[in-house]
Amino acid sequence: MNKHVKITPEIVAEHGLTTEEYARVKHALGREPNITELGIFSVMWSEHCSYKSSRVWLKKLPTKAPWVIQGPGENAGVIDIGDGLAAIFKMESHNHPSFIEPYQGAATGVGGILRDVFTMGARPIANLNALRFGSPDHPKTRHLVSGVVAGIGGYGNCVGVPTVAGECTFHASYNGNILVNAMTVGLAPTDKIFYSAAAGVGNPVVYVGSKTGRDGIHGATMASAEFSDDSEEKRPTVQVGDPFTEKLLIEACLELMASDAIVAIQDMGAAGLTSSSVEMASKGGVGIELVLDHVPQRETHMTPYEMMLSESQERMLMVLKPGSEAKAEAIFKKWDLDFAVIGRITDSGHLVLRHQGEVVADIPLGPLADDAPVYERPWEPTPPAAELRAADVPAPASLGGALTTLLGTPDLCSKRWIWEQYDHMVMADTVIRPGGDAALVRVHGTNKGLAVTTDCTPRYCEADPRAGGAQAVAETWRNITATGATPLAITDCMNFGNPQRPRIMGQFAAAIEGMAEACRALDYPVVSGNVSLYNETNGKGVQPTPAIGGVGLIADIDQRATIDLKGDGNTLVLIGKTKGHLGSSLYLREIAGREEGAPPPVDLAAERRNGDFVRQAILQGKIKACHDVADGGLLVAVAEMALAGKRGVTLNAAPAGIPAHAYFFGEDQARYVLEIAPADLPALEAAAKAAGVPFAIIGETGGQALTIGSERPISLGELRRVHESWLPSYMGAA
Amino acid sequence: MRSAVVVFPASNCDRDMMVALEKITGRPPLKVWHGDASFPEVDLIALPGGFSFGDYLRAGAMAARSPVMREVIERAKKGVAVMGICNGFQVLTEAGLLPGALMRNAALKFVCRDVHLKVEGSQSAFTNRYAQGQVIRIPIAHHDGNYFADADTLDRLENEGRVVFRYCDEAGNATAEANPNGSQRNIAGILNERGNVLGLMPHPERLIEPTLGGADGRMFFESLMEALH
Repeated sequence: MNKHVKITPEIVAEHGLTTEEYARVKHALGREPNITELGIFSVMWSEHCSYKSSRVWLKKLPTKAPWVIQGPGENAGVIDIGDGLAAIFKMESHNHPSFIEPYQGAATGVGGILRDVFTMGARPIANLNALRFGSPDHPKTRHLVSGVVAGIGGYGNCVGVPTVAGECTFHASYNGNILVNAMTVGLAPTDKIFYSAAAGVGNPVVYVGSKTGRDGIHGATMASAEFSDDSEEKRPTVQVGDPFTEKLLIEACLELMASDAIVAIQDMGAAGLTSSSVEMASKGGVGIELVLDHVPQRETHMTPYEMMLSESQERMLMVLKPGSEAKAEAIFKKWDLDFAVIGRITDSGHLVLRHQGEVVADIPLGPLADDAPVYERPWEPTPPAAELRAADVPAPASLGGALTTLLGTPDLCSKRWIWEQYDHMVMADTVIRPGGDAALVRVHGTNKGLAVTTDCTPRYCEADPRAGGAQAVAETWRNITATGATPLAITDCMNFGNPQRPRIMGQFAAAIEGMAEACRALDYPVVSGNVSLYNETNGKGVQPTPAIGGVGLIADIDQRATIDLKGDGNTLVLIGKTKGHLGSSLYLREIAGREEGAPPPVDLAAERRNGDFVRQAILQGKIKACHDVADGGLLVAVAEMALAGKRGVTLNAAPAGIPAHAYFFGEDQARYVLEIAPADLPALEAAAKAAGVPFAIIGETGGQALTIGSERPISLGELRRVHESWLPSYMGAA
Repeated sequence: MRSAVVVFPASNCDRDMMVALEKITGRPPLKVWHGDASFPEVDLIALPGGFSFGDYLRAGAMAARSPVMREVIERAKKGVAVMGICNGFQVLTEAGLLPGALMRNAALKFVCRDVHLKVEGSQSAFTNRYAQGQVIRIPIAHHDGNYFADADTLDRLENEGRVVFRYCDEAGNATAEANPNGSQRNIAGILNERGNVLGLMPHPERLIEPTLGGADGRMFFESLMEALH
């Protein structure tokens, strides 16, 4: 891009800036910008970097607790897990790139979130993901699943961080906009956490990692616009990942971090060198001057515009203490990585860029970062969905038949085909592997464990975004509780459509309110997150998907609970109240073929009461197995426990006063299924009664079949065949 | 027993191997950088899993030509015990210390899961604590574990008792279904002629305690203790 290019209204529009925003640019500069400056404003003010539509709402989320060391606003959130250690984590979207180029889009999504975490001084110890694909019948779905899963695996496997948990569902609303959300959890000593605020006038600004190329220019702008049919043409804006370099970068950064050379550090993610330099300087209240000739370049004749907007991967920017350059350079040389002093911290409050002896940009930092546009977009509420009466939903010919069908549906089938492509055991600390509620990863060298999970139920959010937002938070809390761990904090990844449509903005606002309410009730604050808007193609948005990543702590992993049934002759107990709520349930969608009705209400007081009771019982060693009841309801939860434990179950018939299909497939919240030795029953039942927790005996373990009341038993072999076969056969039938 | 773990830039099971060796031998292993052309005398050299130099070329091809490998080859020739796990096995074949090659998995996908292995040679330094024919459960995690060699080489390996681990089902049958990657004759691990170099795709270091889902890998390290103490 020629630096003398004249800024026309067309060029301004191509950069995604509105006329008002461009006037604001001119006002901030006191003159017309040149093309480099325009490019910098366009990415910094993109939705992706500025959160201009979401910021006013995000403020409503609770972000504090005594154990929170760092809430939102840094590269990742930080919580104290005791003994001088912190868990550092965040989830981020890579939706648009993954739709265009699934392997590289997903791979670089993993790379980006890993960098966000090790930038803060943490060694990454677990990766998770939350994936939404279009209808299995859509011609692109198979290709997208295959590419995304291979990309996540290809990156995470090589860097040697286990991918331990996640979720994957399918719905036609994602046909033109898949969601690929990646989360990383890392560990660092609490006194060795690194932040991004630059400081120290005169301190060297150092670039490390890969060289800068022309890849990914305008990635942040792409992620801030709707797709149309020509989105394929955006392929060149997708970056290419190199996990080998990332692995070197992790080791080199952690090695340097063990010394005291670093003042501030930030990865170059979306909007690359621009956002990293601007954010570091503006957070520190200083200025920054870069000499772009010193930026390591992969291609020749790169212009300042290209260097500033490139999203080449595996790069970091650091401010070092003066005099520590040589020591730092030796470490990066050892790891065969580029190292270049490219500038200095100044007291100007400006971003100044020099190239070939000229000043090519000079922008006050305030308007670029903190004073970027903020919009209170008009919003309208989602019309309330009608309550659906269970009696109005037809009963199946047999409960067992409906269960078998459900276990073989895309959303409920085993995701083994996916997680077996991820190395989920490297680092040799994976205590609970994928396939259960939350995964459990041992804190290396201790007997403590972090329970980690991702969850969201977009069909609930579509019907009632407020209830759906609360439910997503509550379900991750329940997943963690079901292992015996105490949920501590969440990260969120808010995937929505075009915020300029009031209905979409209303979904966003309501989801935030629901999440905030749940976070408060459960003492489970938000410490980091990401917003991905414009997940629309040709004016059709995705189901609102506030994906939640939860982290919890268990003091002794030997006290953990898992979902697999452990013995014959034990009693199955249902915790929580069952009304038989079928609105927006999977039974309704998959068996009755209807998508309607209010989602199950979320009673946060009951959620807390029931969860605290279950966790305490687990830690007392009274629970043989535990699983939370979620998608598909009670019968699906019991079947999953039986399949995991390779042990049958005989269930009592549904209690009187509730239709059997509503009892077994209703998705009422705040429920768990427990396996308990008969001898422990009376004490637990009394404790539940005292705590006001609904406690019902629902069956007994044993045998190799699942028997529901007087129905014909279904062999576990048959259930397993159905449960395990859908995904491999779908993916195999190319 | 003195041991060394060789670290290539993108080794990623080096820590797991060091933890397992220290836990079972009671002695922390030496960490040897790939650029080191020499290192102190040890009884066992371990090449861990990972992606060595990114493995964008053939897995292990670049690692096999690194300075440290010249020394490893020399010591192997002198009879020092050398084991390559996963990527380490790939490096050993590329370095010519073991015959054959590890090709892309038959299903063309990375696969991570527990598999059953039949211990077919319980006389080696790496397997002496296992019973002949014992079926053990150990995880695999690889993209390129499809063992290939020509028929003559395979026959020779079999005749000389150098196929020490074979993929099998729970009952010990080496069936096609139990073969996770398409390896010839279900081969998971082999020895060199002299018996002091082992290549093994599965990861015994990942299952050495029940907390992690099993301890069948423990006896692998105990065998080394027995043979090399």
